[in-house]
Amino acid sequence: MQNIIKLITVSLLVFILGIFYLSLNRSSNYDTKFLVGNKIADIELKSLQNEKFFTNDDFKNNKYTLINFWASWCAPCRVEHPYLMMLSKHQHLKILGINFKDKKINALKFLEELGDPYHYLAKDSFGKQSVNFGIYGIPESILIDNKFKILKKIIGPLNEKDLEEIKEIIKS
Amino acid sequence: MLSNTGNFLLSLNVLLSTLIIYYSYNDLKTAENLISKKVFKISILQSTSILICFFTLVSAFLVSDFSLITVYQNSHTLKPIFYKISGTWGNHEGSLLLWVIILTLFSFLFLIYNKKHPKNYRLYTLIIQNFLILGFLFFILFNSNPFSFVSPPPNEGLGLNPILQDPALAIHPPLLYVGFVGSSIYFSAAIASMITNYSDKSFASSIKSWVLISWSFQTLGILVGSIWAYYELGWGGFWFWDPVENASLLPWFAMTALLHSLLVLERRNVLYFWSIILCLLTFVLSVTGTFLVRSGILNSVHTFANDPTRGIYILVFLSLMILASVYILFSKYKPASTEINSNSKETFVLVNNWFMMFYLITVLLGTLYPIFTDAISNNKISVGPPFYNSVIIPVVVIFLFFMAIGPNAKWVKNKFIDLKIYSLIILAAVLLNFIIFFFLKSYSILSNLIVISSLFLILSSILDLLKKESFNFPRVISHLSFGFLILFIGLNHNFSIEKDFNLKIGETKKIDNFKFHLKDLKLVQDTNFKAVIGQLKVNDLLTKEERVLKPEIRIYDNPRTLTYEASIQTNFLRDYYLTMSNIDRSDYYNIKFQKKPLMIWIWISVAMLSLGGFLSLLRHAKYN
Repeated sequence: MQNIIKLITVSLLVFILGIFYLSLNRSSNYDTKFLVGNKIADIELKSLQNEKFFTNDDFKNNKYTLINFWASWCAPCRVEHPYLMMLSKHQHLKILGINFKDKKINALKFLEELGDPYHYLAKDSFGKQSVNFGIYGIPESILIDNKFKILKKIIGPLNEKDLEEIKEIIKS
Repeated sequence: MLSNTGNFLLSLNVLLSTLIIYYSYNDLKTAENLISKKVFKISILQSTSILICFFTLVSAFLVSDFSLITVYQNSHTLKPIFYKISGTWGNHEGSLLLWVIILTLFSFLFLIYNKKHPKNYRLYTLIIQNFLILGFLFFILFNSNPFSFVSPPPNEGLGLNPILQDPALAIHPPLLYVGFVGSSIYFSAAIASMITNYSDKSFASSIKSWVLISWSFQTLGILVGSIWAYYELGWGGFWFWDPVENASLLPWFAMTALLHSLLVLERRNVLYFWSIILCLLTFVLSVTGTFLVRSGILNSVHTFANDPTRGIYILVFLSLMILASVYILFSKYKPASTEINSNSKETFVLVNNWFMMFYLITVLLGTLYPIFTDAISNNKISVGPPFYNSVIIPVVVIFLFFMAIGPNAKWVKNKFIDLKIYSLIILAAVLLNFIIFFFLKSYSILSNLIVISSLFLILSSILDLLKKESFNFPRVISHLSFGFLILFIGLNHNFSIEKDFNLKIGETKKIDNFKFHLKDLKLVQDTNFKAVIGQLKVNDLLTKEERVLKPEIRIYDNPRTLTYEASIQTNFLRDYYLTMSNIDRSDYYNIKFQKKPLMIWIWISVAMLSLGGFLSLLRHAKYN
């Protein structure tokens, strides 16, 4: 019996140390660069304002769609909002806002105060669907084309540089 | 110049550690009862030179010698002197030097304060501790050298992250290090004890002071870290079950279990091997925590710049340490011959240990599980507060009852527990609980149980204080403060109020029983940031209390960063916690307000818990 316990203990320790070794070669910094060029997960989101569901069909006629994950409680979302407002005026680009873990009343108040850049407004009340898009925090934005291919992914608030890069992509 | 001095002193320490190992090993073979003077002398020299080495680094920070890469990367000429000094250990390389200092000082102090214990036991402890010191010295010299220089030296340093420039953060690492690096000495002593078969109650007595020192400092270190997180990161919270926080809690559980099992070993000469396992586990968990944080496997504010070779080094060191100690343990292990009566103080102490192991395994599982799933299946998951809260909190209720009853049980064979007194205490606890909830309203069943069980522990401990017969005062203080800690956390959690709204200057808003008025905003220019400071009047309409809070929005220039500084007003009954953020293209400001009852008492309870450890240390020193 004692030998079995010894064997189990040593195996467990070696297993743990082995996992530690494997983990060393992985980057724990979240990086979704590899998503660029891939096709986005199927869209199936409930509208924030009504009972409508958004699916891929709603977006296939847009030349470009920017999917923006945001919430009223998120301070950096306020920082990036003016850039979304600017992008919303661009004719080749439609913006899908996914309201993340938020209350509808607060979300609508946010848009009333700061302006509504979104052509489509969906919700992800529990933050579960966003995971499928490779989102781990907000704000994040994903630019896709009409084939649902990811052209650019921005982690954190949009800034001047992102704005210019997005404009450059959607110019064509 | 300072680079050369530092490198010379580090190399000197390698030599001195090797000499200590060599002379101690030779000394083992002599028939003398006393350790040779040579070992003492080299140990004094070793402690002195490592301290000088540390002060060399401190002076490099003080004079802003940017020819040292560590100083260049972590300091700035304009930084206040206090933060220049604390910057010494606010980075990976400097903090490792602090590690070695604590390893060395503990080694020396153990040598001089344990003179009545057998010579060979002390010598082996010294040898093993010096192997640990050597391991870290090589790590510093070849991988993480704080004295590496850059030529030509830059004119200005890169500065220290603004959120790290804080008094609490300046003292948090040294406190925590004394805690978990201090546990190295009883790791070494445990191995020495197995090698020399020094396994009786005097072994317990030889390490007890060191366990108490590390436990008390670890408790204080965790406290200071939590206070910092509360006002700097916390948005009103103080414990987030962040993996790095957990890394500091894991050795604490093992130390707490060890403190209690040593009582049994000291008194009854049983649980020897269990105590040994706990000694080994505490330091292994400390090094594991360091490995996970320093290698970058866990990311948080504690992560320094990542370098995979660091991880490899610590992992090899950790593996050697674990496998060698497990090998010695298995080869020396003998099953216990003494039976323990199920109704005795020994059993109650064992129950404490089971609870501690339950908490330890829960937190360890929650911390390591995401690492495992990521490594095995490439699946990134995170284990958050709901897991810990739902697994740990219900068990705390039962634990508190045992904690109240256990200390009064008798050794060897306990008499039947005095049911009458405990029934009265529980009745009083239930009554007090209902009074609390009657006045403060909302509650859940679990909250009731938490309050009742913590009150049960508090009342039992107070009764212990009132008893005329002799009692263990430090123990009562620690148990009492733990009861208070859980009670205050329970009440704080249940009765915190949070309001979120927008205000513009001059506007007043009434929400429930509070009236908020944004009087004014002031723009203040500081050395490296501009601050917009709000003047927000808060009226509590129930208590007629009126306070002005001053939250800040700071705009740092390089790099351009916005930070939101909370305004906190504390009194003995509650904290007001308020943050303000701007809304673009609008006159409105977003206000988040929290009223958190009894916040300061949570801090006081943990400080008292640690005080219990220090008092116990004094008591142990007095009787031994």
